[in-house]
Amino acid sequence: MAQSGSVHAWGAWGRRFKSCHSDYFIKFIYMKNIQILIFLILSINISCAQLGETYIRDDETINIPETINYEIKNIYSDVEIPWSIEFLNNETIIYAEKRGEIFIIKDGKSIKVENVPEIYLRGQGGLLDLELHPNFANNNLIYISYALGSREDGGGNTAVSRAKLIQNKLTDLELLYKGEGNSTRGQHFGTRLQFDNDGKLFFAIGDRGNRDELPQNLSLDGGKIYRINDDGTIPDDNPFVNDENTIKAIYSYGHRNPQGIFLHPKTGKIWTNEHGPKGGDEINIISKGKNYGWPKITYGINYSGTTITDEKEHPEMEQPLYYWIPSIAPSGFAYVSSNKYKKWKGSLLTGSLKFKYLERLVLNKNNKVVYREKIADSIGRVRDVKESPDGFIYFTVENKGIFKIVPKE
Amino acid sequence: MRFVFFLLFSCVIFSQEKEKSVERGKLLYEDLCLRCHSPDGKGIKGIYPPLDKSDFLFKHIKESIIAVKKGGIEGDIIVNGEKYEGYMENMGLYSDEVADVMNYILNSWNNKYDKIITEEYVDELINKK
Repeated sequence: MAQSGSVHAWGAWGRRFKSCHSDYFIKFIYMKNIQILIFLILSINISCAQLGETYIRDDETINIPETINYEIKNIYSDVEIPWSIEFLNNETIIYAEKRGEIFIIKDGKSIKVENVPEIYLRGQGGLLDLELHPNFANNNLIYISYALGSREDGGGNTAVSRAKLIQNKLTDLELLYKGEGNSTRGQHFGTRLQFDNDGKLFFAIGDRGNRDELPQNLSLDGGKIYRINDDGTIPDDNPFVNDENTIKAIYSYGHRNPQGIFLHPKTGKIWTNEHGPKGGDEINIISKGKNYGWPKITYGINYSGTTITDEKEHPEMEQPLYYWIPSIAPSGFAYVSSNKYKKWKGSLLTGSLKFKYLERLVLNKNNKVVYREKIADSIGRVRDVKESPDGFIYFTVENKGIFKIVPKE
Repeated sequence: MRFVFFLLFSCVIFSQEKEKSVERGKLLYEDLCLRCHSPDGKGIKGIYPPLDKSDFLFKHIKESIIAVKKGGIEGDIIVNGEKYEGYMENMGLYSDEVADVMNYILNSWNNKYDKIITEEYVDELINKK
């Protein structure tokens, strides 16, 4: 699989090489002096190597861990697409199946949760993320994101609801937000849910396969990260509340399809990862009112190999903290805050749907990614990853199960 | 003579219907299938099975229709001599859409299929299961 990465990088390099060579060759037709030819060959190789560097970077290789002092333990295997997990307590997991079911897992046994809201199953859309209210222990509130709509309604869009979880029943279901503009397209619903330290709920709606109209337009849903109060009302200090013709729940825009989010325990900032086009998957730190550029700027290209834009930077748009070449198709995102695993504290974890491993990223003090490695290589499509309240890492794999990483003594 | 006209007429209606279904199927394919099975229907060897010139597809049309409607064929499959162990998810297509996308796949690239898959046929297969 690693080969496809180098093919992609060389492909891009090759295109640059070809395009910048052709001009020189045209000029060469008019020159017969062999010395000029030699000079030309040397100079074009230097100039193209400089162009190539923007594509071929040092941190592109992913490592195999040198020592493995942990075990990957399957704790539950009866799954299809376990889109998300949460912890009701240290021993009890609640997880969502994309097809529209929620289960509570304890001691390897599952109980089905009743009264799960109706979903719109379409392409990447279905039942998506779960998030407990910060005060769940007292109010039993659970937040659920999913695709909502129907054929009669012209398709669907991403929605966020909350309900009370009493034993294994959901009650008092309340729709808090629903993206307007339904579509039957199967792409880019997002989304993950995350409360910050102020009790505000963040979530994303992806560009719904409509990148030309949605991500840069603040009056339309899609391609945005949203911030709402725990009851669904809009916080007064959201960035666009005072502007005309804007959706007031928007917190940042210019996103493609975020499917990973965590709250940084030290800075209190929201971090996300998102699926980019080919070679454009990103990590971003989300700041109020900022434009993250999609599709005006991107490091990726279309899956067909054609160009989306030549622009990679713009003074009014944010640069990603990191971008993956090749794309790994990141899903789920977690920060390791515990000391349970040797040297892992402060690492980031994300699943790779494409390459079928859990990826660990190490950042230096300047938030630059300095090391990447594969955990559980070839295990399958890793959908979600979370740290439990007692500091253990759990992740879900499509058609394989829910796994716990158990440190060896 | 009248009979011949009737036959010709039905052939025209049949091929028009199929053409329209293939057209609708193309849009659905681009939306929901292309990312894995690729624009040329060749898939990715060993990961996503090919649909173009797929021996499995033409031998298992009924199973494939059910798989498109309900999600994934369970267990490993061998397509053109290559083993595939992935699982295709349920894309949430309605029966008429399943018919359209099947007609597109069965009549695109190097594929050719004489009959037309209809919504009724898809429903019949699903209900039998």
